[in-house]
Amino acid sequence: MRIRAQIGMVLNLDKCIGCHTCSVTCKNVWTSRDGVEYAWFNNVETKPGTGYPTDWENQKRWNGGWERTKSGKLQPKQGAKWRILANIFANPDLPEIDDYYEPFDFDHDHLKSAPEMQAFPTARPYSKITGERIEKIEKGPNWEEILGGEFSKRSQDYNFEGIQKQIYGEYENTFMMYLPRLCEHCLNPACAASCPSGAIYKREEDGIVLIDQEKCRGWRMCVSGCPYKKIYYNWSTGKSEKCTLCYPRIESGNPTVCSETCVGRIRYLGVMLYDADKIEEAANAAEEMDLYDAQLGVFLDPSDPVVQETARADGIPEDWIKAAQDSPIWKMAMEWKVAFPLHPEYRTLPMVWYIPPLSPIQNAAEAGAIGADRDMPDVRNLRIPLKYLANMLTAGDEEPVAHALERMLAMRSYMRAKTVDGVNDEGIAARVGLSGRTIEDMYKIMALADYEDRFVIPTTHREQVEEAYDLKSGCGFTDGNGCSTGISKPSLFGTSKRPLKMPEEVR
Amino acid sequence: MNSFIFGIYPYIALGVGIMGTVARYERDPFTWKTSSSQLLRRKQLVLGSILFHVGVLVIFLGHFVGLLTPIWVFDMLGVSHGAKQTLAVVAGGIAGVMALVGGGMLFHRRWTDPRIRKTSSFWDIAILGLLLAQLVLGLGTITVSLQHLDGHEMTKFMSWAQGIFTFDGDAASYVADAALIFKLHILLGLTIILVFPFTRLVHIVSGVAAPLRYLFLRPGYQIVRSRRQSSLPTRSGPVAAARKAPSRTASTHATNPAE
Repeated sequence: MRIRAQIGMVLNLDKCIGCHTCSVTCKNVWTSRDGVEYAWFNNVETKPGTGYPTDWENQKRWNGGWERTKSGKLQPKQGAKWRILANIFANPDLPEIDDYYEPFDFDHDHLKSAPEMQAFPTARPYSKITGERIEKIEKGPNWEEILGGEFSKRSQDYNFEGIQKQIYGEYENTFMMYLPRLCEHCLNPACAASCPSGAIYKREEDGIVLIDQEKCRGWRMCVSGCPYKKIYYNWSTGKSEKCTLCYPRIESGNPTVCSETCVGRIRYLGVMLYDADKIEEAANAAEEMDLYDAQLGVFLDPSDPVVQETARADGIPEDWIKAAQDSPIWKMAMEWKVAFPLHPEYRTLPMVWYIPPLSPIQNAAEAGAIGADRDMPDVRNLRIPLKYLANMLTAGDEEPVAHALERMLAMRSYMRAKTVDGVNDEGIAARVGLSGRTIEDMYKIMALADYEDRFVIPTTHREQVEEAYDLKSGCGFTDGNGCSTGISKPSLFGTSKRPLKMPEEVR
Repeated sequence: MNSFIFGIYPYIALGVGIMGTVARYERDPFTWKTSSSQLLRRKQLVLGSILFHVGVLVIFLGHFVGLLTPIWVFDMLGVSHGAKQTLAVVAGGIAGVMALVGGGMLFHRRWTDPRIRKTSSFWDIAILGLLLAQLVLGLGTITVSLQHLDGHEMTKFMSWAQGIFTFDGDAASYVADAALIFKLHILLGLTIILVFPFTRLVHIVSGVAAPLRYLFLRPGYQIVRSRRQSSLPTRSGPVAAARKAPSRTASTHATNPAE
């Protein structure tokens, strides 16, 4: 048993309004640079749809994640180590930039610089790679926004597996939901496993998965290894980049930029304690449907005194143990069982979890009846097919998802009874195996979602593992070598030459 | 002139090549990369890159073994100079054609595809051009070699290369009467070693080191980094709770999720 702590995230899809504030603030902070214009460490997809990059969920095509071989061995789906190395000259599973989209901008200057002419001047698009005119933009980071495009294309969505999907193309039966996505900071990251250089690592103290930019050589195996396609190859620097979980913010106890700016308050951050020795066994569960349960088995109860004592022995700081006890992630994933991992069948043991969304009742008559007697509708009548959510969150097992949705409906009924009728109806709570008090706790965290309930982030304790005195007078964050300014104009070694433009003397 | 090009220039090239490579690895590791452009355009890369790399690797190994193995080793093994030359011509010829075709595809792609052209640096194009020229010269030497199959000419280059590495002051004289095409081939080869640290070629070093580390030095697949300066003591099971259980938090009043 080896206890480690991880900062996990839960996204309450029931409250996501698809505003993309998370994506935009993330982009502004992290990827508004050359080479990663096409990269969105955080993006929001409209489902059903094929997503970004197109068809990312289809691992028959991309070979991302892990697989359990016939002999019961766990290995990357793109192949064991020697197989990955054999593809080093040309990676057959690597997406092309057109699978994301060709980054573009608009010729805004033309609007003011155009000469007098018959037609109104327009800002036409151009490629951010070549600078050439793009006559027609074929794709963008959110091309299927609010069910954009025809159903025949969107219905290639992998989550329709095992569903008679034709009827969902009809207007009366159509459904949609938003899926914000970022790096999962997996317990068993396939990107790290695929990297021949060993540049990708998981941090012991908080579980954040990072790429060492100085060790990355651009073999691009991580891009295909990650089943979520959340590693992006920077075509300008020739290095791979990924979501950092805003680690400088997390280290100082602040939520990530995407979480901080989420207007729907759907994002939660908290500590999870887990047993590092159980990871491989959990990721290698025989049946895909067992993977969700297997991952639950890796987490450790922070209120258990044995776990606490072991955590201390493993060097987990006291305030992290305390934070784990107050963790909203623990409550939603383990106690209430309303949050689920995204595609556990990839066997990466992801650590960004999702609360499935409720949706309107399919049958209008039934919908009318509900208001009358507070009867709970059958979650199988919700507009979003249960199987669809299960394919996304539990490798196809409908039972846990149905159970979660029932608890969320019960929470609504209970709180309606309480606030409208002034009745504390324990019966509603009991039907979903909860107590009224737990439901009120759920309501506080999931519905009210106060800042301090959403984000329980202990600060990092570098002083316990490093000699802080040696760090004094250091350079802080630099891109260069140690304390050098990082400015070496025409670089001898072929870095991009972008000297600072200094004002020149007027002649 | 001959003694400069074949006696002194090799040391300049090797010196700059080795020192420059070490300096770049040490001072600017962020620039050390393969510069793959597969993301931007897959077309022509898969076939071109595989042909090119496999061909070049075979040629590189052939030159390494062929030039630097002492002549007496071949004599001891009973490999005649003629047989060795025939092997070099056949294997080198096949690998050379592979590399030339693959490299040609890569050059065409780099020169004509706007995405690749616009994102290429001067040295990205120049080094590929130099390598292609070197391949053409190398394949050209076969026509000369075929005129004398006894392997005598080849032993001159072996003596020269080994002379360079054993600091033999007369090394340059061994190749003084070699055919011009061989001399050009050696000159260009030395120049490629000279510019090696300033180009993307440095990824060759990683291409040899990384797979070895990945296969043999990394246990399992995962890497966890810690700031901890002394490792935690090993322990098989959980530690027994030393103090009394603290009062349970409100959240644990929830119905136990195990149903």
